[in-house]
Amino acid sequence: MAHEREAAAAGQEAKKQKPRKNMYSVGVILSLILLSLVMAVLSPRFLTVDNLTNVASQAAVSAIISCGMFLAILTGGIDLSVGSVLALSTMLMGVVCVNHGVDPYLSMLLCLAVGGGLGLLNGLMLTKMSLPHPFISTMGMKMMARGAALVITAAAPISIFPEPVQFIGNNYLGPLPLSLFLVAILYACMYLFLTRTATGRYIYAVGGNKEASRLSGIKVHRVLNLVYTLSGFTAALAGIVLVGRVNAAYPLAGQDYDSDAIAAVIIGGASFFGGVGSIGNTIIGVLIIAVLRNGLNLLNVDSNYQTFAIGAVIILAVYIDVLRQKVMQVGRR
Amino acid sequence: MGTENVCRKMLFPFPTISEGSMAMGKNEMLLRLDRVTKRFPGVLALDSVSMEVRAGDVHGLTGENGAGKSTLIKILTGAYAPDEGEIWFNGEKLERLTPLKAMGKGIACIYQELNLIPHLTVVENIFLGRELRKSRRGDILDRAKMLGEAESLMRDLALSLDPRMRTGELGIGHQQMVEICKAVHSDAKLIIMDEPTSSLSEREANDLFRIIAQVKAKGVTVIFISHRLDEVKRICDRVTVLRDGRLVETRDIGEASVDDIIRLMVGREITNKYPKVKGGRGAEALSVEHLERRGVLHDVSFKAYAGEILGFAGLVGAGRTETARAITGADPIDGGAIKVFGQDVRIRSPRDSIDAGIAFLTEDRKGQGLILIKSVSFNSSLVRLERYSRLGFLKLKAIRQMTEKIARDLKLRAPDVETVVGQLSGGNQQKVVIAKWMLTQARIFIFDEPTRGIDVGAKVEVYNLMNELVANGAAVIIICSEMDEVMGMADRILVMHEGRITAEFGQAEATQERILYAASGLAASGEGKIA
Repeated sequence: MAHEREAAAAGQEAKKQKPRKNMYSVGVILSLILLSLVMAVLSPRFLTVDNLTNVASQAAVSAIISCGMFLAILTGGIDLSVGSVLALSTMLMGVVCVNHGVDPYLSMLLCLAVGGGLGLLNGLMLTKMSLPHPFISTMGMKMMARGAALVITAAAPISIFPEPVQFIGNNYLGPLPLSLFLVAILYACMYLFLTRTATGRYIYAVGGNKEASRLSGIKVHRVLNLVYTLSGFTAALAGIVLVGRVNAAYPLAGQDYDSDAIAAVIIGGASFFGGVGSIGNTIIGVLIIAVLRNGLNLLNVDSNYQTFAIGAVIILAVYIDVLRQKVMQVGRR
Repeated sequence: MGTENVCRKMLFPFPTISEGSMAMGKNEMLLRLDRVTKRFPGVLALDSVSMEVRAGDVHGLTGENGAGKSTLIKILTGAYAPDEGEIWFNGEKLERLTPLKAMGKGIACIYQELNLIPHLTVVENIFLGRELRKSRRGDILDRAKMLGEAESLMRDLALSLDPRMRTGELGIGHQQMVEICKAVHSDAKLIIMDEPTSSLSEREANDLFRIIAQVKAKGVTVIFISHRLDEVKRICDRVTVLRDGRLVETRDIGEASVDDIIRLMVGREITNKYPKVKGGRGAEALSVEHLERRGVLHDVSFKAYAGEILGFAGLVGAGRTETARAITGADPIDGGAIKVFGQDVRIRSPRDSIDAGIAFLTEDRKGQGLILIKSVSFNSSLVRLERYSRLGFLKLKAIRQMTEKIARDLKLRAPDVETVVGQLSGGNQQKVVIAKWMLTQARIFIFDEPTRGIDVGAKVEVYNLMNELVANGAAVIIICSEMDEVMGMADRILVMHEGRITAEFGQAEATQERILYAASGLAASGEGKIA
């Protein structure tokens, strides 16, 4: 009897638990729709094809970076260096491609390799040097990479890239920017990777409990190295899209992208403690920020106010989640 | 047991409440619960529970997991509000209780997870939030006075500890005593202890009981919650049994035998607490030779056989868990050789140990065994997950079917395999750990404190699973601090003391005394001499 009761009790909780997860997705999607509606009402230009393509191509860069950031946060870590890694890897690409005339495809490969390599360094600082938290290692990397990006051309931007580099960032398929397809493919792969492969599950496991994962035979260090490598890689990939769109590489590029990516992942409901989150919600988080920025632009709000607004949205989103969990707990008591 | 009274006298050479002179009358009630009911969605956690606790008693509270003990404590400490019923404490009706208010009224609770700040000293912890100041207005601490008060308090409780030590440097047993000091110092009238002995060794537990006797002598009432019924029997004046959220009975301890209490708890007779099945010893499964870990393990050599349960006894910190961790690659070793079924193996990481067919079920389920925020299926399939993939993709359906099958086999009580593990009871969490390791098809299973914090019924199920493993040709090693358990289940017992194996006993020759002697490092000299 005791056990039936116990099972019934556990059943009750579990039933609550599942819709709770979906509820968050629904909540995030509803917020996005609501926000879009408000923007549509406030600005007639919001719902035009031109504007929406603009939102999409701006969101693409952020979406690609957020993909790697999501992984880092999923392991209970963070990657503060993505914006700087983007800048350094694209500046190097510019130097070899534009200044030295190296084959553009080779240059892009170099860009991705540099991004991945810097990410791997972030991972190794964590796993081999045992730095206590990625906040420290990636913050150091953020400053070093930014410094290096400025040094290599004495802070001068590099422009006029050959067509292959511009291909993804600057082309459209019908009304849709090509980068959108890249994002779709990246997110689909990431979804499959996280839910359908052993390594993907290990990322969740490591985020949920590192010691239990290690004792279960998971090579925790390898998982962390992979995660930070992927984060650096996606930053560089986003860099190529960005360079293609504006046809230039700037040493100060991507400064807002690290905080935007963190914000997108958090608004997408990933837990800062690790182990919880879904890649699908992350893209919604990205879109919420993109719509917000775009809408405020249309309304001619000063970009400084935009920064303020996004800061407020992050706090609000997390606070709503805290309240929601409190309500749930009271309900359970 | 004729010796019980003698033991009791030996352990409590201090005045108990009946001998000491207390202002309060023996029958005065400190706490009265009147038809307290607490509902959670779909479950009646407490169903009209009425009970009384006499002032100055050590009152036992026991019941299986899910019986309502935790809910009851949480109501008393103000964490939950009851839906119905009244609580009277010290002649006053408690209403709209909050944790802060409960403390103010003199209700203190010592949880399993201790609440001390490790970087602060014993004195600083005892006075935390109530620091003495040199002047009433100022903010300058009167350290000398605090130290003096702490010392005199500890002298009162016959506790020999340097109050200037940081609590983080103390063993868990001593930390608990600091918590008790803190509670006594805050003028608590009632101290609730939630499973205080679950992570203590036998000796530490005895020290704790001595302190409880001292606390009691000071007129403080104690509610003692435990699964260990021998302890309840030993130190409590009365015992209340809960089952399925209902009060079963409150009895004077003199009128309740351990068997009685078990019967009241489960509502059925448990015929055999240790359902040991004797099998034949098979091949040599694990051979450990000269295992060394500097400062921790010294020349540890032993063999474990298929078809046999090998027990490790000893005090907490004697090196048993460390031995298991060294063998399974959780900690690095400085020397030694390991053979698995006659083959030399080199184990440098938990992964190597898993590949060699050794499963290590750690003592700390929540911290090291499970990923609490993930599901039963996620956890039980976690080890060697790559095995369940095709072309790099997981066979989700196969994983689900496999975990469902093992959940059925182990009689796991969870609504389904997608239930989050953190929501299961202790016994069921332990089953998930077992499921996880059974699925690795290991041939050697090391269980570290496998039944800690789980109830009587679930314990028997865990023992039966061990029997099954052994019957199927696995070697099982159990590390446990409960003497009865290791003597009840193991075919052979190794005793450790300060990182060395000090004795080996067959099941027939093992007695509590012999094991205790070996565990305190006195094996060779003192057989049969107890005085």
